[in-house]
Amino acid sequence: MTPALRRWIFLAGAAGLVAFYLWGLVGLPGFGDYPGPYGDIINRIAVGQTNATGVVSAVNFEYRGIDTVGEEFILFVAAAGVSVVLRHLRSEREREALDEAREAPPTSDAVRYVALILTGPIVVFGWWLASHAQTSPSGGFQGGVVLTTAFVLIYLAGQFLAFQRISPTDLTEAVEAVGAGGFAAVGVGAVALGLAYLTNFLPLGSTPGGVFSSGTIALISFFVGIEVAAAFVLIVGELVEQTLLVREGTK
Amino acid sequence: MHVFPFVVVAWILAVGLYGIVTSRHLVHQIVCLIVVQSSTYVLLLGVGYRTGAVAPYFFDIPGRTPAVDPVVQALALTDVVVEAAVTALLLAFAVQAHKRFGTLDPQELVQLKG
Repeated sequence: MTPALRRWIFLAGAAGLVAFYLWGLVGLPGFGDYPGPYGDIINRIAVGQTNATGVVSAVNFEYRGIDTVGEEFILFVAAAGVSVVLRHLRSEREREALDEAREAPPTSDAVRYVALILTGPIVVFGWWLASHAQTSPSGGFQGGVVLTTAFVLIYLAGQFLAFQRISPTDLTEAVEAVGAGGFAAVGVGAVALGLAYLTNFLPLGSTPGGVFSSGTIALISFFVGIEVAAAFVLIVGELVEQTLLVREGTK
Repeated sequence: MHVFPFVVVAWILAVGLYGIVTSRHLVHQIVCLIVVQSSTYVLLLGVGYRTGAVAPYFFDIPGRTPAVDPVVQALALTDVVVEAAVTALLLAFAVQAHKRFGTLDPQELVQLKG
């Protein structure tokens, strides 16, 4: 198929898409005229029912918690998939990491200092996000990704060796499994008490918006933070490791 | 009826699709897919918006304050996570494709496969 033909087929398809989109748009309420009722109902009842002032987190980890279990396992499976796709082929061997340290252009001092200065605050920030899902716009997913950037900064500041030393693959995989399993286990805990899966069975705390309020919402967010951070460290590690591989015969 | 945000959605979607179709580099193509998916964030948040309403966080505001729909915001979060997972997998495939065939041009890859 020539590029020109491909473009014509695309334009024909796009014209149809635009037509259907416009048709669909006619039936939508205008921007700013949210008709409800689900969002309004949840906004009314969520704080009273869960003691979480962050209603988005309450939706994610409570009202549609079962969806979020699936969402978390999508990420879990993706990290496993990246490991499988990037497994070492028979014709590849790993270059000695020391070689790499010698060959790589030295990291500039500016990058190194900025990365080192940022690492500590970013760990604290990520942890704060992962542990405040119940009060503010944050949660395990956001906090986990921020925690991962701390590891990436260490990779930027030093060499791959330092990154590997602080995130050994086996340990990272175990931590990821604990995060993913912990979420599922919270749900099973409710079942063990004779409640429905993922029912909020922990004490809700006395004041809405406290860090130790909202029962399982805070606990699940914590596990999600661990899982997300470990999954992304694994994915980044696998991709970075590819730079160390040489194919036999090329080098 | 105020439809401008929905026009933006269509525009982001179209630009991303056009990029995917005409791309000459797999990594560029993956980035275009991210652009396509970004249109869904705008759509989700646009659908749940109410003029003058606040974010659905009742930490320091009264519980009766009109707020936007938290359900679509939670969906947008799911969207982001799935996008990150898909992107990671696709990038891994791109790495392997480059190792195997020595090129990242989708059109050359098609010819290689015959």
